[in-house]
Amino acid sequence: MSAIATRRKPPRIGDGPVFRRSLIGVVLVLVAILILAPLIIIGVEAFSKGWQVYRDTIAHPDTRHAIMLTVLTALVAVPVNTAFGIAAAWAITKFDFWGRRFLLVVIEIPFSISPIVAGVAYLFVYGLQGIFGPVLDAYGIKILFAIPGIILASMFVTAPFVARELIPLMQAQGRDLEEAATSLGASGWRTFFAVTLPNVKWALLYGVVLCNARVMGEFGAVSVVSGNIRGQTNTLPLHIELLYHDYQAAGAFASASILALIAVFTIIAKVALERQGAGRVRPRAPEAANLAEKAS
Amino acid sequence: MKIRLDHVVKTFETFRAVRDVSLEIESGELVALLGPSGSGKTTILRMVAGLEYADGGHIYFGEQDATGIPVRDRGVGFVFQHYALFPHMTVAENIAFGMKVSKVKREKAAIDTRVGELLRLVRLEGLGDRFPAQISGGQRQRVALARALAVDPKVLLLDEPFGALDANVRRDLRRWLREIHSELGITTLFVTHDQEEALDLADRVVILKDGHIVQQGTPEEVCRDPGSAFVMKFLGDANMIAAEVRDGKAYAGGAAIEVSGLADGKAELYARPADLDWSPQGPGIPASINRVLDRPGGRRVLATTEAGEHLEFDVEPERVVKAGDGGFVTLRRAKVFAIG
Repeated sequence: MSAIATRRKPPRIGDGPVFRRSLIGVVLVLVAILILAPLIIIGVEAFSKGWQVYRDTIAHPDTRHAIMLTVLTALVAVPVNTAFGIAAAWAITKFDFWGRRFLLVVIEIPFSISPIVAGVAYLFVYGLQGIFGPVLDAYGIKILFAIPGIILASMFVTAPFVARELIPLMQAQGRDLEEAATSLGASGWRTFFAVTLPNVKWALLYGVVLCNARVMGEFGAVSVVSGNIRGQTNTLPLHIELLYHDYQAAGAFASASILALIAVFTIIAKVALERQGAGRVRPRAPEAANLAEKAS
Repeated sequence: MKIRLDHVVKTFETFRAVRDVSLEIESGELVALLGPSGSGKTTILRMVAGLEYADGGHIYFGEQDATGIPVRDRGVGFVFQHYALFPHMTVAENIAFGMKVSKVKREKAAIDTRVGELLRLVRLEGLGDRFPAQISGGQRQRVALARALAVDPKVLLLDEPFGALDANVRRDLRRWLREIHSELGITTLFVTHDQEEALDLADRVVILKDGHIVQQGTPEEVCRDPGSAFVMKFLGDANMIAAEVRDGKAYAGGAAIEVSGLADGKAELYARPADLDWSPQGPGIPASINRVLDRPGGRRVLATTEAGEHLEFDVEPERVVKAGDGGFVTLRRAKVFAIG
């Protein structure tokens, strides 16, 4: 009977094998071209002149200094921005105050402003012709073309990262948990550490990882305020650019490989931490888990 | 502990949520704050808890003025509508939280013993190691109650405690909460928009509208003698029929009923579905039947009067009525309120 022949159900949208395969294929090709290929090139080019050149580049005092400076910047900027992000998210989601929405918008500004604009703005604030420049100069405090300027510019650019991860999650979670904890007699700190933090820790971690990656990779703002002094105010991304312009392609790629490695390690660390944590906490409330997913 | 609210006022931005509310809750009493949404009932509860501060007036716990005492030190047990259990803690850890953070230091063993007692009290023995996500809604609400009771609160406050649960669980929990209340004798105030819940559970019902108390009394008092058309309508299904009062009687399209203490003039007559009846002959309010809804306990008749008023009333299961029948609606009893 023809009934059997026509029994094949029509495929639902997106369910046809052709559609599915082509969709997966397109994504794989794009990932290969856009993400994997550059990473591989970095690795290949870094070692194109051999292991010796690679080691020499890394061992070069300027490169080592650039690495140290980048790490130092991250060590200062990430904790400060984490504290800022937590405080901002807490304030915005748990309190009602005048200008709350405005603050929300202000926090987002560094996301939408080009980093180079931020750098130029810092020049006008702290530069010798700037607002605070002469005063600072009079006291012998050097901000621009020195480490404080680099750290400040990096902090500006990455200020929203932690807050942005936390705010939607904490908004969705509401204030009930904190109110419950307080009504049971918990102090503010106790409430934060025992109730709020455990429920946002994955979003927080994610924000910290993103913030760190961005601090280490920041180029635009830092290039304006650092002055590019080799061995003094050169961060790793600036150093890479300098080497590249000096026609030391292998050196540039070697330095880039370090930055790329750091990035890969941050991602691995994040995944590993999540796994370990998820195993320890075992079943999280499904609502909370969903919220966390939505937020990230 | 006796709770007293004295001319309490609360305004949010420009919205006056609570306007001059005075209320006394006797020690050991179980009181329901009942009202539609926006009536200020939850705000009152939160002010008693200290989660909101009153803009005016005072709240007394016993003789002590508690108006300015922060929630942390107020010693209330608060149960949230959506439980607000800490999702990363087990049931036992949730219950122990208040004892752990308390300024009064307790031995770990003492805390464990108390948690065990509370789990027994809320009939959740053996579930102490579960996480909130692993238990049902009704169980979560019981954990929330145990957690609130763990700190020996002076007063127990419940915000729509059964609002998020389905009807059967709700009914069971209501009985159970009543039992717990008789067992512990703790002064309890709860908020609900469900009249049935308030009437089933409370010693006294406080009915609110637009931030005012419109009536308070035992369930019997408010049911038998609603003080206004609003209370009449809010407590349950009610039919409204335009009426006129003359010489101590209210006349509504051919039906009449004795009233006392009402001046002559236009009035509104309210009757519950069980207060009306159907008769093929007058006297009564001439009407025709639109539909008959059959229910296990009887038949509900939907009818329209000649004046165009829609009425709903119940008749016995044996009664033969059908859509299209004409006849008369008669009054068994009714409440009449003057207009204005």
